[in-house]
Amino acid sequence: MSRTIFLLALLTGLAPLAAQAQSQLVLKSDKIDLPDRGVTFAGPGSDVLNNNCLACHSAGMVLNQPAMAAASWKAEAEKMTHVYKAPVDEKDVPAIVDYLTRTKGAG
Amino acid sequence: MKTDYVRRAITRRQLLGHAGMAGAALAAGPVWAQAIAKLPLPGGPQERPIATDFPHKGAMILQRSRPPLLETPFEVFDQGVFTPNDRFYVRWHWAVIPTEVDADKFRLAVRGHVNQVQSLSLKDILAMPRVEMAAVNQCSGNSRGFFQPRVAGGEWAHGAMGNAKWTGVRLKDVLDRAGVKDGAVQVRFNGLDEPVVPDGPDFKKSLQIDHARDGEVMIAYAMNGEQLPLLNGFPLRLVVPGWYATYWVKAINDIEVLDQPDDNFWMKTAYTIPDTPHADMKPGQTGINMVPINKMVPRSFVTNIKPGQTIQAGAPTLIRGIAFGGDTGVARVDLSSDGGKNWQVATLGKDEGKFSFRQWQSDLTLPVKGDATLTVRCTNANGIAQPDQPNWNPSGFMRNVIEATPIVVA
Repeated sequence: MSRTIFLLALLTGLAPLAAQAQSQLVLKSDKIDLPDRGVTFAGPGSDVLNNNCLACHSAGMVLNQPAMAAASWKAEAEKMTHVYKAPVDEKDVPAIVDYLTRTKGAG
Repeated sequence: MKTDYVRRAITRRQLLGHAGMAGAALAAGPVWAQAIAKLPLPGGPQERPIATDFPHKGAMILQRSRPPLLETPFEVFDQGVFTPNDRFYVRWHWAVIPTEVDADKFRLAVRGHVNQVQSLSLKDILAMPRVEMAAVNQCSGNSRGFFQPRVAGGEWAHGAMGNAKWTGVRLKDVLDRAGVKDGAVQVRFNGLDEPVVPDGPDFKKSLQIDHARDGEVMIAYAMNGEQLPLLNGFPLRLVVPGWYATYWVKAINDIEVLDQPDDNFWMKTAYTIPDTPHADMKPGQTGINMVPINKMVPRSFVTNIKPGQTIQAGAPTLIRGIAFGGDTGVARVDLSSDGGKNWQVATLGKDEGKFSFRQWQSDLTLPVKGDATLTVRCTNANGIAQPDQPNWNPSGFMRNVIEATPIVVA
């Protein structure tokens, strides 16, 4: 069925529409490919983030954060491990916090 | 539950295999076009890439690529009250999101505290009585980037919202088909997205049974006359008019009627707000009762004048924008150019329904040259007006302060 008919079916009436108009509407299977930016953390100390953080999310979210106190960065890192069960090595958390505080600023 | 009709972005194994491989990507570097949006967030960072390569999407502000977090560029809101599907913002919690759905095989389960478990095809749902409603979908954390002190999270400007005409069926009708048993207290919704790690909390949200059966909550299969983009929840998305978007579960395939209150992480811990006026508290304040975020509150924006824009002194300038009332309609919109000492009533545009954006406009003549600030205030049909002080809470939720647009009169 064409998109035009689909649109017409939607635009012709108030809800609920007549049974006949309803039969006009078809939903089509869909498939997408998501772009992969391949952005990673850079600079001294970044390996520990690239190894621990990128399994669940790309780097952009972190890089867009404002400057925050070390305690806030630690809370974020611990939220990822404790709440979201991220496979982050506990012994890497201080290095992650150190990197974020150095590169993003300490609020 | 059998879900052979879906493919997802990345499997858990692939994702976990990503660890340790990241360094390999470093050498390649970014190859996409680098158009930049500048968001006026206090303290920054302000720059975001503009992405044009997400499926079914036009130019979007890239907040995060995986899982996608795409913000609507603000100029889109000046183009009409309905946000085009290809500019509608995108927000997913977990990276394992549906990327392929077979429309013939898809099934929506209705189960739990019901008389007759249902497994509904899209054809079944299309054959049910159809309803249509214009409604604003706004992220709980829309405008989070303006919080001061700043808070962690998606650092949105004002573009984590959109307004669409939703077409679908009443949730009530779907529940009635299954027959809700006495003693039901809530209804829980789950979608095709999955946690990256097996023991991570799956994203699920619940509504009180009376809310779920109020005849307004919908299951939508079309927005703005088209099937939903996969990134916005194809094939079915919950529409909870007047409530924050966290409840508008995308790609829902499971409805579970509960006889006990839902205490899952996404209801009990995440998406909670201080139980105070305007969900406001002080940083570090203790002893605050936290409750699940719920109804939206009024907001309004100038859309045709950019911050810092120059307008002509002594001549009428058309000021235009959008407003929404939150959980009810817009009663009035007022415009001020002197920091809120004097207000002039704006003319409201066509009423597309109480949950929709509403356009407003007003001619403004400023005789005195120099710097000025436009402020706009929405009052909703319940008499609730936007506050003149910003709220603060640690999650950056529910901003609805009167927004200011600095201008130059010359």
